[in-house]
Amino acid sequence: MNKPADLKGLVLDPVTNDQRYIGNSEPRHKARRLLEGQGTYVDDIQLPRMGHVVYWRSPVAHMKIGKIHTEQASKMPGVLAVVDGVKMAEICKPWVATLGHLAGMKSAPQHSLAIERACWQGEPVVAVVAETRAQAEDALQLIDVEWEELPAVVSMEEALSPDTPVIHPDLGDNLCFTRSLDVGQVDDVFASADVVCEATFGFGRHTGVTLEPRCQIADYNPGDRRLTVYHSQQAPHMMQDLYCRQFGLSESDVHVICKDVGGSFGIKVHAYPDDFATVGLSMMLERPVRFVADRLESFTSDIHAREHRIKGRIAANNQGDILAFEIDDLTAIGPYSMFPRTSAIEGNQVVNLVGGPYKHQNYRAKLNVVFQNKTPTCQYRGVGHPIACAVTEGLVDLAAQKLKMDPLEFRKRNVIPDDAYPCSGISGIKLEVLSHEQCLRTIEKMMDYPALRKEQAELRKKGIYRGIGFATLIELTNPSPAFYGVGGARIASQDGASARLDPSGVVSILIGVGEQGQGTEGIYAQIAADAVGISIKDVRIITGDTDVTPYGGGTWASRGAGVGGEAVLLACQALQENILKLAGAILTRPPEELVVRRGHILDKATGEQLLPFSEIGRIGYFRTDTLPAGFSADLMVTRHYTQKEYPFIFTNGVQASYVEVDPDTGFVKLLKHWAVEDCGRVLNPMLVDEQVRGAIVQGIGGVLFEECLYDDSGLLRNGSMADYLVPMANEMPDIEVAHVETPTQSSKLGAKGAGEAGTAGAPGAVQNAINDALAPLNASVFDQPITCEKILKALGRV
Amino acid sequence: MSLKKKITMTVNGLTVNAEIEPRRHLVDFLREDLHLKGPHLGCEQGACGACTVKVDGQIIRGCLYLAVQADGCEVETIEGLTKNGTLADLQESFMRRNAMQCGFCSSGMLLAAAELVEQRPHASREEVREWISGNYCRCTGYHSIVDAIVDVLEARAKGEKIKPVVAHA
Ligand code: FES
Ligand code: FES
Repeated sequence: MNKPADLKGLVLDPVTNDQRYIGNSEPRHKARRLLEGQGTYVDDIQLPRMGHVVYWRSPVAHMKIGKIHTEQASKMPGVLAVVDGVKMAEICKPWVATLGHLAGMKSAPQHSLAIERACWQGEPVVAVVAETRAQAEDALQLIDVEWEELPAVVSMEEALSPDTPVIHPDLGDNLCFTRSLDVGQVDDVFASADVVCEATFGFGRHTGVTLEPRCQIADYNPGDRRLTVYHSQQAPHMMQDLYCRQFGLSESDVHVICKDVGGSFGIKVHAYPDDFATVGLSMMLERPVRFVADRLESFTSDIHAREHRIKGRIAANNQGDILAFEIDDLTAIGPYSMFPRTSAIEGNQVVNLVGGPYKHQNYRAKLNVVFQNKTPTCQYRGVGHPIACAVTEGLVDLAAQKLKMDPLEFRKRNVIPDDAYPCSGISGIKLEVLSHEQCLRTIEKMMDYPALRKEQAELRKKGIYRGIGFATLIELTNPSPAFYGVGGARIASQDGASARLDPSGVVSILIGVGEQGQGTEGIYAQIAADAVGISIKDVRIITGDTDVTPYGGGTWASRGAGVGGEAVLLACQALQENILKLAGAILTRPPEELVVRRGHILDKATGEQLLPFSEIGRIGYFRTDTLPAGFSADLMVTRHYTQKEYPFIFTNGVQASYVEVDPDTGFVKLLKHWAVEDCGRVLNPMLVDEQVRGAIVQGIGGVLFEECLYDDSGLLRNGSMADYLVPMANEMPDIEVAHVETPTQSSKLGAKGAGEAGTAGAPGAVQNAINDALAPLNASVFDQPITCEKILKALGRV
Repeated sequence: MSLKKKITMTVNGLTVNAEIEPRRHLVDFLREDLHLKGPHLGCEQGACGACTVKVDGQIIRGCLYLAVQADGCEVETIEGLTKNGTLADLQESFMRRNAMQCGFCSSGMLLAAAELVEQRPHASREEVREWISGNYCRCTGYHSIVDAIVDVLEARAKGEKIKPVVAHA
């Protein structure tokens, strides 16, 4: 366990003049109610006259929709409406999810309810609204859709072949996006290298499985012609904008509220067809309509991610220097690119990130993103990173093995040195400041590497096969407008925060980034308390309401701390300045002679307490008549922050996994996992540890258990929690986390993101550990999830 | 002909009379008819444990249990068990360890943990992991939950209570 005392958090220069909370493992006080069953998730909200919608979804991967018979269903008790795609299209425009800066990218127009054709199993086709959910489900069974099955594109390998049907004939082929990159003298280097290793890496589709399903209540009020949407979502302003555009409303007519969100992980940052359909139904019926996905619907309609097949090569010389990487990535995204972030981003990230931690100068990458008739894929926690990392680190281990070098030594020799920054990575990414060398030294000590290797060797003699695997990684966080804005997507990279001194002396913070469990509100309270100079118990955080908070991007790309936190810091420092000005006016003294300490104004010279904040509030709001003429108290300030210096601020880290493989059963037992993480300034070590651990376990899910399995006709075979395996407590190892702190210079706070690196590194580390265990048996597996069966196959036992 | 059935049960100490359809699940009845927000629905398939409540002292999956089955029983949810202090130590410990993120699994997890603390006061770390393996948490990675439960077991063994977490001034 990491004790806060072991952390270097407090040795960094403070960012505020009386820093007490930033850097400490402060508990999330606002979370207590969640432990008392008092959260308010969407499904807990009851509105008068609320209808419940369920969707008739395509039962097959690709079908032509014929006549839709709704008469029977419409007559069922409680039914309020049965609506098909044609009717819905009268009020909701279709969309095309491409980004301008992904040159050549294409996708087809998509409707909220399918018209003419449905292109994946689970695509919504008909909506049934009734007074209760049970009534809607009863009626759903009487919907009769005449349909004809069409040939489905299931295999991504065959998506581009001339014999394969084209899913959207207007697009000409099944190619969504392609990219290639060629830097250095790749062919020459591979031809002359001492060592070349290659492998084909497979990644199974998986999905986020948030414990709370996707859900929303749309409430169109005909009186004031305003739409209110309660949503389990990560980006409230983005949804506000999309509802405006698809339904022809103005921003001020749309109000999006996100209260407690039961897990998100990127699953809840996209706009789904049923989101729009539910809103459309509420507008048609002029009453609130609730949609809550059931678990089967979640499996077939939540975005999936990470179906890739990558051929990779690495070149190195006998001295142990990595010379080149080459990859060819084939990935499939379902029939449509997801709105509005687009599904091409994942593959694009893989191209950007492969080889990222290392100092080689030759790199070639090819990417083909193809359409298929399966659930659309899009960004899920770590977007592209776990794939890039598993490929890179798998190749690195192969090269080290061939060179007979220790994999940790090999990494130490090849990572970009800590004193080389800022610099550019070989794919063109700009790296501000990273700490690979220090992270590698830290993990070596933390896991007592030499002792572990000794133990491994001794056990091997007894026929016990254990393996140690490393994964070094970089993760992009704190995105600039270069990510979406320049591509034409209206997703804010800036965030605003307002800080208000209330009359009682309490400080309220309003901010666009909300809480989905990461502890965002907790760190904002810490930052605000330190920056204004009050007790954390006197801070209130208000998020998740587009009517109230400043405009912002919300939660994605690990931007809550680095972008949202900086906005809070700037707003609170400005508020402190205004408080001092007002105190100066009250005391008729120059503000420079005063300081703020713990909710009081003090004489800077003597430290004498002069005024409490409650007095500042009282006079500032109620007795402005006592202030000098023309003086304005301004006890609420708003500041915005965008990270503009780099396209992203990269974090880095390293993970190690220790596993035991049973060669008779193929069973993998995770013994222990270590992570060293450098997310810049650590605002709350306990929260970062838990972000890292939660993310690692999701990464372990991907490498060992999770996969959306389809049959040859494109039907999902495991759409239940009993069949789709996710990690449970018993299978998971203890996870030790340590921090290295290299603050970004792009902000005052110096914080980088911490939400995704765990997921990025775990698959590579576990894969390498398994292959290390299998090495004496001359077997290896590069196809995730690495199941018992695949291991036994690699061992030639089945 | 109405299929509805009359039932009577105690929910968190209060007597409840209702007339409900036999197909209604206990958790739907608690959530929608009684407006209790603590038990959650994660899967409705008996796999995740988010809907865990207590019936006559035993934890059950509220999504697999019909409300009519609880006729004449004593039902307790996180709300009632919070109010009567049964979960206080575990709740404090979960706070200290940040053993929840989104909180959606927490009520089920706490009820499962409370049963463990009662029935296996000497459970090892591994046994704790095994015990809570019927409850799914997608956010935490479980490590902090295990830590929090182990802290309570250790405190109990020493006859101590977990100190409440308060915001420091
Ligand atoms: S909702 Fe009952 S076990 Fe998941
Ligand atoms: S805290 Fe989110 S599911 Fe457990």
